Amino acid sequence: MSDLFPLSVSGAQVRRRGKVLVGPVDLTLQAGGVTIVVGPNGSGKTSLLKMLHGILRLNRGGITWACGTEDAQRRQAFVFQTPVMLRRTVLENLIYPLRLLNVPKAQARQQAEDWAARIGLSGAEGRQATVLSGGERQKLALARALIRKPDLLFLDEPCASLDGRAMREIEAILQDAVASGTRIIMSTHDMGQARRLADEVLFILHGKVHEFGPAAGFFEDPETPQARAFLNGDIVE
Amino acid sequence: MSELWDGIAQAFWLIVTLDADLVEITLRSLQVTLTALVIACLIALPLAAILSVRRFPFRRITIAVLNALMGLPPVVVGLIVYVFLSRAGPFGVLGLLFTPTAMIIAQVIIIVPLIASIAHQSLRDLWAEYHDLLISMNTTQGQRIKTLLWDSRRALLTAALAGFGRGIGEVGAIMIVGGNIDHATRVLTTAIALETGKGNFSLALGLGFVLIALAIAVNLAIHWLSHTEREGRW
Repeated sequence: MSDLFPLSVSGAQVRRRGKVLVGPVDLTLQAGGVTIVVGPNGSGKTSLLKMLHGILRLNRGGITWACGTEDAQRRQAFVFQTPVMLRRTVLENLIYPLRLLNVPKAQARQQAEDWAARIGLSGAEGRQATVLSGGERQKLALARALIRKPDLLFLDEPCASLDGRAMREIEAILQDAVASGTRIIMSTHDMGQARRLADEVLFILHGKVHEFGPAAGFFEDPETPQARAFLNGDIVE
Repeated sequence: MSELWDGIAQAFWLIVTLDADLVEITLRSLQVTLTALVIACLIALPLAAILSVRRFPFRRITIAVLNALMGLPPVVVGLIVYVFLSRAGPFGVLGLLFTPTAMIIAQVIIIVPLIASIAHQSLRDLWAEYHDLLISMNTTQGQRIKTLLWDSRRALLTAALAGFGRGIGEVGAIMIVGGNIDHATRVLTTAIALETGKGNFSLALGLGFVLIALAIAVNLAIHWLSHTEREGRW
């Protein structure tokens, strides 16, 4: 299997109903580690992730994966801010992506049970996913994304509105995923979480990338006044 | 008022004695409507799913026409099917007029738009919920349709039951294409129309109560078999 990275984004822009959601973006992402996308509300974090993942179609520019687009799309997964649960049981939610990949039923079931145990939902495998708590749903969404062993995982504010314990559990799962070679691109509003997880930070404002570089540099000495104001907790216009 | 009580008494008596004529026309009613329902579901559900998932020219117009066809007048459908199946019509050679098959064809035409429209509303809402997830999972169009149909199965059951209700109570079209022939195409609704025409209101009411009981029994049976409304299912 060829490498997924580098990912080259050149002049990529998404517009809907005459409004620019994100872009133009020029960016090159390398393999390995965690990229955290930060920026104020409405800055285009979600749109950027969805554009890179291919959910939002480009109006201009291009995105080039080292291995080709089709192969790349098969090798990535996405966890949404509001987890989308299939109207099925916990176990069936976990089995679903494996069955799409034609994993035999018994093997898929075994893997699903292992993941249910790993996210603390063993014993709840038969419950409807839609009745789980917010934290449980987000953990299930994460497990459903990781069960396919993606090379790249996008997460859109996965810990928004979760308590500290649920956040810690999700971060532990993410750190395990990174250790086993999954590349992560994640947006967050939580600067503490960004500092804990980030290898590099991408600061986005008004749909454009304002800063992109190593996390230490961004947090200690941001290049732009907007990034500095954002880190200080000021209102960024 | 006495005719109402007589009707209830007649219905009770017909059921308790398992009246041979009643059993025959009841079974024919069920055979015609359930067959039409299965065929209509096989057409309407995939159609509703395709309309939800795919974008194509004239899609909105197709949906609007489908919704409008929900109110299709059965008598007109019966007349059109009659013309097509009559000896001089394009399918006259098949000899289907005044057979249960002709009644099934008419019922399918009547209930497909109803089932498709109700199913489309449910599937469209679920597609809005699943859209990003299923695209991010790199699913094919076929997999999306299969997933939507499976996960909406309870709402689709309601659509199917609405179709059953429309079919089992339908009289205009099947009277025209079936002819209400005794021991051949007579069903509960056409028998009720016949008895009413003869002024035999008690028997007509009795058959009417049997029809209502049958519709309720089939609905309950389908709900029970599909495990809806059980505690903790969703």
